[in-house]
Amino acid sequence: MTATRTRRTRSRETIEDYLLSEQQLEDMYYHMLLARRLNERMLALNRQGRAPFVIAGAGQEAAQVGAAMALKKGEDYVAPYYRDLGVNLVLGMTAREAMLNLLGKRDDPNSHGKQMPSHWGNVSRRIVTQSSVVTTQFLHATGIGLAAKLRKDPIVVLTSCGEGSTSKGDFHEALNFSAIHKLPVIFFVENNGYAITESNEKEMPVPNVADRARGYGIQSAMVDGMDCIAVYQTVRPAVDQARRGGGPFLIEAKCYRLWPHSSDDDDSRYRPKKELEEWIKKDPLTLFRSRVEDDGIFPREDLDEIEKRVEEEVRDAAQWAMMQPDPLPEDALTYVYRELS
Amino acid sequence: MTTMTVIEAVRSTLDEEMARDDRIFIIGEDVEAGGVFRATDGLHAKYNDRVIDSPLAESSIIGISIGAAHYGLRPVAEIQFADFIHSGFDQLCSEASRWCYRTNGDAYLPMVVRTPWGGGVHGGQHHSQSIEAYYAHMPGIKVVAPAFPADFRSLLKASIADPNPVLFLEHKRIYRLIKQEMEGAPAETQLSRARVTRKGTDLTIFAYGFMLHESLNAAETLSGEGVDCMVVDLLTLNPLDKETVLESAKATGKVLIVHEDTLTGGLGGEISAIIAEEAFEYLDAPIKRLAAPDVPPMPYHHAMEDFFMPNREKIAAAARALAAY
Ligand SMILES: Cc1ncc(C[n+]2csc(CCOP(=O)(O)OP(=O)(O)O)c2C)c(N)n1
Ligand SMILES: [Mg+2]
Repeated sequence: MTATRTRRTRSRETIEDYLLSEQQLEDMYYHMLLARRLNERMLALNRQGRAPFVIAGAGQEAAQVGAAMALKKGEDYVAPYYRDLGVNLVLGMTAREAMLNLLGKRDDPNSHGKQMPSHWGNVSRRIVTQSSVVTTQFLHATGIGLAAKLRKDPIVVLTSCGEGSTSKGDFHEALNFSAIHKLPVIFFVENNGYAITESNEKEMPVPNVADRARGYGIQSAMVDGMDCIAVYQTVRPAVDQARRGGGPFLIEAKCYRLWPHSSDDDDSRYRPKKELEEWIKKDPLTLFRSRVEDDGIFPREDLDEIEKRVEEEVRDAAQWAMMQPDPLPEDALTYVYRELS
Repeated sequence: MTTMTVIEAVRSTLDEEMARDDRIFIIGEDVEAGGVFRATDGLHAKYNDRVIDSPLAESSIIGISIGAAHYGLRPVAEIQFADFIHSGFDQLCSEASRWCYRTNGDAYLPMVVRTPWGGGVHGGQHHSQSIEAYYAHMPGIKVVAPAFPADFRSLLKASIADPNPVLFLEHKRIYRLIKQEMEGAPAETQLSRARVTRKGTDLTIFAYGFMLHESLNAAETLSGEGVDCMVVDLLTLNPLDKETVLESAKATGKVLIVHEDTLTGGLGGEISAIIAEEAFEYLDAPIKRLAAPDVPPMPYHHAMEDFFMPNREKIAAAARALAAY
């Protein structure tokens, strides 16, 4: 039909087939789990009245961690979107920083309390600052790709968004420009089934976001976004190809938003309970755990050990962050302009 | 000494700056062939892939410039007509203007967006507009609108050197109309400095762009009638040079603000508010604004266009009335 393809990992690969070391597999599980447990703790803090707003990535951890692990940390750029806690953790954000961000604390490296939580940004980690306006980051990524090409720097930019955001003009302008100039940009779409209340059919007339790439002459692929290893194995070759000058690539990770849109949303208004129950069976964490266990890659005790480490880290992060200083009221006036140096 | 038009001032400055700093690149529609006003003539041949034709998509021109500036390059984007910049409004308002603020200065955007603006060229609804008020309202962006070729040179250079997003407005009516003798490199200058272009004691006219020239002409007419007008060129519309605005308002006690933008929400309101708040005791007459009427700018037929635009006669009449107050 189109140039798109669904990749699914076979059920019983060996470690060699994964092309991932044991250490990498452990990192995968650790980061997915850390993202989930942090999000759970954040929601608890919200319910206790300690955090005004939470927007989480539950159900998308495999997509986020798999994609971020395909990048060169500290060299490649990422222009992420609000659900991408998993991406940020892989690229170096600590649990403590995630909690500073949630609480809008003075020392939150993303925005120091200027933006809502989950509006990422970190210059030294090459994570591009983002706003709430969806899809604008696709053009920023394209501009970074253009700049890197002009400077002949061998870097890749990965930018992400939800499937609903692909109807916005900036998505199309970015695909068009990066294809014309063969820029090293990976467009990573996390299709979680919903744009707040709207299901896919209301957002686009084609079944897949990946189909949209064809009109721009961009290569694309679809991948089971609940399967972290499959995501890695799909994104990694695209990243390598872009780095070699092969041009942009669109990847659609089919995943699912396991939680309501945000802490302010009631999804029972629009989402069939049965559908949710079906997807919960495919929870990326359970899937990963059972696979590495069944395949005998990690004994259960090792996985339990990771779980314990993560719980401890999350508990510490929340407690520590709550005690950190808030911004001063007058900090509202700072950094409107950068001074001439 | 050479005589330069505004367009030559822009072109020569782009050329000199690109020769000096290889991080500078140009992106916009038709710029490789020199652009529709020829501001980038010859630059593609000289700088190759640093002059980039963009697809016809204004949000991308600005959004891509943001990404490239974040990366460390110095994009100078061209929007072919100011009237078409609005599909890039989101990228300027939601992104560029708050990049530095929302990262507490960790990230910043040394980028310039150049665009021809203004009327009096039979450009009708969508090749004549004054867009400055929308963008001057955004903290985090600088808006510059020179009137003389020498200022185009020095302020374009300063805009490129500035580590913040700058919207650089080039009034298309004066591209080839206004010439100036000049010599050597552009003068060193800073943004956010207004200038008293003509000294005077009876009243003060504030203007920018084409209207600055019309105001100077009106001042000349009035001097023959014994009315001595000070004329201030605002040069940078955001952040405004409040100090010069207040000093020159206080010096004469009578203020006329001229712009071809429509009246309501135009910069005249902001300038009069500054003066009313901080120099009220110095005023000898109500502040007067001369602006275009509140209709969608600007009608095409010359009879209506002339009616719509302020000009030297209308400015002279307003100044005369103010002087007599
Ligand atoms: C330009 C713009 N319009 C509307 C919104 C409000 N909004 C926030 S998220 C969202 C849905 C986005 O859906 P999708 O792209 O699928 O991402 P998801 O939230 O499902 O991860 C909307 C409409 C916004 N942030 N930006
Ligand atoms: Mg979605």
